[in-house]
Amino acid sequence: MKPASPFLELEDAFRVRVTFDGVALDLPEGANLAAALLAAGVDRFRRTPVSGAPRGPFCMMGACFDCLVEIDGVVRQACMIEVAEGMEITRPHDMEADGDQA
Amino acid sequence: MTRRDLVVIGAGPAGMAAAAKAAGLGLSVTVLDEQPRPGGQIYRDVDRAAPVRGDILGKDYSHGASLTAGLRHAAIDHVSGAIVWAIEDGFRISYSRNGRGAQIGAARVLIATGALERPMPLPGWTLPGVMTAGAGQILLKQSGMVARDAVLVGSGPLLYLIAAQMVRAGTPPVAMVETQTRADLIGAMRHLGGALRGWRYLLKGAGLLTEIIRARVPRYTGATGITVEGEDRAQAVTFTKGGRKQRIKCQTVFLHHGVVPNTQAARSLGVTHGWDEGQSCFVPTVDDWGQCDIPGIFIAGDGAGIGGAQAAELAGPLAVLKLAEELGRLSATDRDRQATPLRTALNRELAARPFLDAAYPPCPEASSPADSTVVCRCEEVTAGDIRGYAKLGCLGPNQAKAFGRAGMGPCQGRYCGLSVTALLAEANGQTPDETGYYRIRPPLKPVTLGELAAMEQIDLNAVE
Repeated sequence: MKPASPFLELEDAFRVRVTFDGVALDLPEGANLAAALLAAGVDRFRRTPVSGAPRGPFCMMGACFDCLVEIDGVVRQACMIEVAEGMEITRPHDMEADGDQA
Repeated sequence: MTRRDLVVIGAGPAGMAAAAKAAGLGLSVTVLDEQPRPGGQIYRDVDRAAPVRGDILGKDYSHGASLTAGLRHAAIDHVSGAIVWAIEDGFRISYSRNGRGAQIGAARVLIATGALERPMPLPGWTLPGVMTAGAGQILLKQSGMVARDAVLVGSGPLLYLIAAQMVRAGTPPVAMVETQTRADLIGAMRHLGGALRGWRYLLKGAGLLTEIIRARVPRYTGATGITVEGEDRAQAVTFTKGGRKQRIKCQTVFLHHGVVPNTQAARSLGVTHGWDEGQSCFVPTVDDWGQCDIPGIFIAGDGAGIGGAQAAELAGPLAVLKLAEELGRLSATDRDRQATPLRTALNRELAARPFLDAAYPPCPEASSPADSTVVCRCEEVTAGDIRGYAKLGCLGPNQAKAFGRAGMGPCQGRYCGLSVTALLAEANGQTPDETGYYRIRPPLKPVTLGELAAMEQIDLNAVE
């Protein structure tokens, strides 16, 4: 079941199956991943390493790093990735994930 | 390592127009751009979006397709998905693409990295559901997504543009909470002469406002005490307007109070920057060709000072005329002859700027936030923390890093740098120039060891 999203999608698109934290989602193929997750009702992408505060996409242009997720084991900016079939996406579970990448 | 006459960083209006001009003059050009498709943020994904939702986005947006068309030239190598992380002497540019590092050499470099949203630290601005207005536009342009119940907070023409686009898409914003006051507008009247010369901008703004008013979007101008409420996500915006406290429920908040030059690449090279009082931000010091104090490095578009997309489209080719002349591809006479019409058009584009900057100044409470407000999103350093560092003798942003890691997270100060400078300047009774800015060093974006290990064509002797 699709969770309610604060966003409306103006057009429909061909969808492919991915998983987010183990939950199957059908997202538009080739779409911006951060946008597609927002449209699917995901708003908390990660928690901060400092206080554990929730974060979601903020700038959508690769500058703020708030939309970090783990894709197939690598921490990436969701807003700089396009949706591909079979992606296994998780919230970055390692609190040091940011530091590892920088 | 490939070596090109010109490497352009960024495929927005300045970069695209520059590349096309350079190719036309016979230069070999590579354009490195982070996005999968050209356009920059203003024309993001224009080739795919304009045909489907050009009516919502407007004809100014669809114009971008003429620039992406100019990139399809045999002498232009457009490298998409390229994250530039170092520019070194000579010049050698390092970037990551598809999980691999790569390098390219260039005789001249044009930095066309555009603008970032001015940081807007208000209580609750880090909550999921709070995004920049630019992000809201990107969602609409690239993904055809509109927020069902958004509150737009801040000031400036972009706020009206996104509101009008949301109206056209059939989902008007719940409200606009605007921070500019009547006094700002009256103060801006001294720039009315320029505004009239740039009348097309005023006309466009008036048209957008008409659309917003017709759709009966509630507007609250001169709003103060703005707070985003919510536990795990944004749930409401509260503020005071005319002495009355207001609370508007919403799931999405779009923040905007102007854009500022993205100076990361230029700063990493040691380009001199100075405080621009009118635009309330640091801008690189460049001459009227876009050349900075590092020979061979040019900066064009919003990255050299905010002028907008049309100005950027003119500034890119202007820089190319100068660098092509330096490379012996154009005589000084031809350079100047071709520059004249570009300069005339550029002056016209920039004429309305001082009026707009004065009428829609940065939100005062985001420029000097309450002590408890987070300013550095990455390391969660508050305004009070920064003021505390100043009391302990901290004079500048680089020292602030040692006090509490502000600016040391993955965004590398992009969304806190101006706030930290403003707070320290205020606390120490200094000017922004005296206070300075973070020292920016490569890598400009995080690089993985895997990307370095997979680096193509490492040749340390390639640059003499």
